[in-house]
Amino acid sequence: MGLEFNNETCSGCKACELVCSLQNLKKVNPSKALLNVYGKFPVPGKYFVDICDQCGACAEACPEDAIRLKGQTYRIDRKKCTNCLDCVGACPVNVIKVDDDGTPYKCINCKQCAEVCPRDALTFS
Amino acid sequence: MLYGYAGQTLRIDLSTGVVEKEPLKQEWVDDFIGGRGFTAKILYDENPPQVEPFDPENRFIIAMGPLSGLFLPASGKTHFCTKSPATGGYGDSNMGGHFGVNMKYAGYDVTILTGKAETPSYIFIDNDKVEIRPADQYWGKSSTQVEEAMKEDLGEDFQILTIGQAGERLVNFACISHDFGRQAGRIGIGAVLGSKNIKAIAARGTKSIPVFDPKGLLKKGKETYAACREKPGFTGWTPEGTAGITNWCNDVGALPTRNFKTSNCDYADDINGKAILKELKITDKGCFSCPIPCGKYGLAKTKLGEVYVEGPEYETLSLLGSNCELSDIHGIAHTNWVCDELGLDTCSAGVVVSFALECYEKGLISKEEMGMDVKWGDLDSIVHILEIISKREGIGDVLALGVQKAAEKIGHDSEKFAIHVKGLEWTGYEARNAPGMMLGYMTADVGAHHARCWVLGSDVATAVGGNKDATVHDLISGGADFNHIPKADHKNVVPLVLKSQHLRPAFDILGTCRLQYMEIGLETKYYEELYYYATGKKMDFDKDLLKLSEKIWHLNRMFNKREIPDFGRKYDYPPARFTEEPIPSGPNKGHFVTMEVIEEMLDTYYAARGWDKNGIPTKETLEKHNLKV
Repeated sequence: MGLEFNNETCSGCKACELVCSLQNLKKVNPSKALLNVYGKFPVPGKYFVDICDQCGACAEACPEDAIRLKGQTYRIDRKKCTNCLDCVGACPVNVIKVDDDGTPYKCINCKQCAEVCPRDALTFS
Repeated sequence: MLYGYAGQTLRIDLSTGVVEKEPLKQEWVDDFIGGRGFTAKILYDENPPQVEPFDPENRFIIAMGPLSGLFLPASGKTHFCTKSPATGGYGDSNMGGHFGVNMKYAGYDVTILTGKAETPSYIFIDNDKVEIRPADQYWGKSSTQVEEAMKEDLGEDFQILTIGQAGERLVNFACISHDFGRQAGRIGIGAVLGSKNIKAIAARGTKSIPVFDPKGLLKKGKETYAACREKPGFTGWTPEGTAGITNWCNDVGALPTRNFKTSNCDYADDINGKAILKELKITDKGCFSCPIPCGKYGLAKTKLGEVYVEGPEYETLSLLGSNCELSDIHGIAHTNWVCDELGLDTCSAGVVVSFALECYEKGLISKEEMGMDVKWGDLDSIVHILEIISKREGIGDVLALGVQKAAEKIGHDSEKFAIHVKGLEWTGYEARNAPGMMLGYMTADVGAHHARCWVLGSDVATAVGGNKDATVHDLISGGADFNHIPKADHKNVVPLVLKSQHLRPAFDILGTCRLQYMEIGLETKYYEELYYYATGKKMDFDKDLLKLSEKIWHLNRMFNKREIPDFGRKYDYPPARFTEEPIPSGPNKGHFVTMEVIEEMLDTYYAARGWDKNGIPTKETLEKHNLKV
């Protein structure tokens, strides 16, 4: 359930990273995207995307209990968050990012990446 | 606030090691917008007149555009410029991938290299941190070896630009390589980097690019991706990419074959896009933000071994394939890989190899000079020639100069089949029955390159009747079944050539790839709207952008006049093969373009451009475009 990645069709274009940073941080900055696209070249010659599968490791690591499951999505409660960034280190695929003001952000299942992906490599079920 | 731009110019003096950052000049932004506009302006203003291409004072410029790196289709092009060692005139070449956007995210719209590093070096850029570092460990290595090693040394998220051994040894058609298969191929851009002792540039940028209206850009960007998806070419053109045009070119008699002796082969089905998908492909490989990835990454298997390679795309298929009579897709892909590793432009390399094979066949190059007995269509022979060029061994040292200068040394009328204009080798479209395409090649600022003009569809339309404005996807999917094609009309090609010469390079100004427009027909209105949300400024594609594109055309012509003492009309002539030898076979059998037609087309073209009889912009034309040169 949720966001899924199919590396058979991904061509590494990072449109997902662009739309993610613009949608969630209002910035043109793929390095802040809440998913990571990378290629393994020259061998085997494939692309991969690290995505948030809402595993909850961030919530477990949060000392303030500021990350809670709402429906199928872990969300950060801004009122409780102290910007300690323990969640950033706890994420097994490094997709919790920190904005310039020190605030952590995580995937909220906004589905924009799946909507834009021209290769249908990202889908939302 | 300057929106749509990173806001800085980075200047690196390699002789002194001084690195300077300065605000991007408002004058450049206002008058030249970006990319190709910036490079034309800067090269004219800052290169010392008549400096030699390999002189340390020759500038090496990297420029991005206002749309580079933004959320819109294919914003990942990087534009390079220098005085070309191939032509001695204005030279630029661009490249897809992910390098340039990292330069922009690091804060630099423009980078200007001057001087020469004392020892082999690379440039390290990590946002604000810019250093010239020793590159002894990378010098002498091939492109992929360097890219792999540098990513291991610096980190996977650094984007690497490198030259191969050919660039180190100043081969006049050495390229820049990046992202395991992307190149800035043309005009010897890699040799100029080699002349500066620069093996590579590593860049990582993690800053934001300020845009005027992020919300508007998000909405319009999504609409533009959606519009691409709606085009028939999105699913029809993308699977094979540029290679999808191979059979059409062969059917209409435009596929360079046997050093442009003829224009049609009987093995097109074995070297086309479908052959790539069936025999080679592992994955589609796209450039930054591109929804229609033309890159086909695959595995080629020949007696010389198994190699991973991106491509071959159409130019490589035609120029290292049919033009060298190599009819095996794995073999072509292997030669593609050899070029990539050595850092050779596959376009020029294909033409140089076919020239060498014809010289050898005619006894103008001996077996001793060549180093082995070489044959048309033989993989070993082609690889051997590529290797002696990059090592500059034997006749390879002469071939490394490109076909124009090689023919001067070899003599015996070999210049008649040295297929180039201004010293730059012709690309993958035989044009003896394509007068518009011929004129486009003849008059391009950089020499014989299709990036400046592609009107083959309208040329064919004038011969057989059809839609002059068809997209490439329309042409391919429309098919072709011609046994004999009537002579194309040369009378009305000038307006079409002018339009194409302004339109195609316009995307190089913005910093985007032109293929969304050219191949699948994405409308220009999207670029106007995206430009507004990015910069906050209105731009009319035709009245503003194409007008600037025309202005650049005059500026670059004046650069060539300044740099080449006897520059003029004679530099616009095609090779004698195209005006003296009728095509011997295929659907265009018997066709060729007479010098009378060539002169007539040039007269009409110069008059339409506002140039004099010698092809030099008149004072009135320069004043009209506010060019003080």
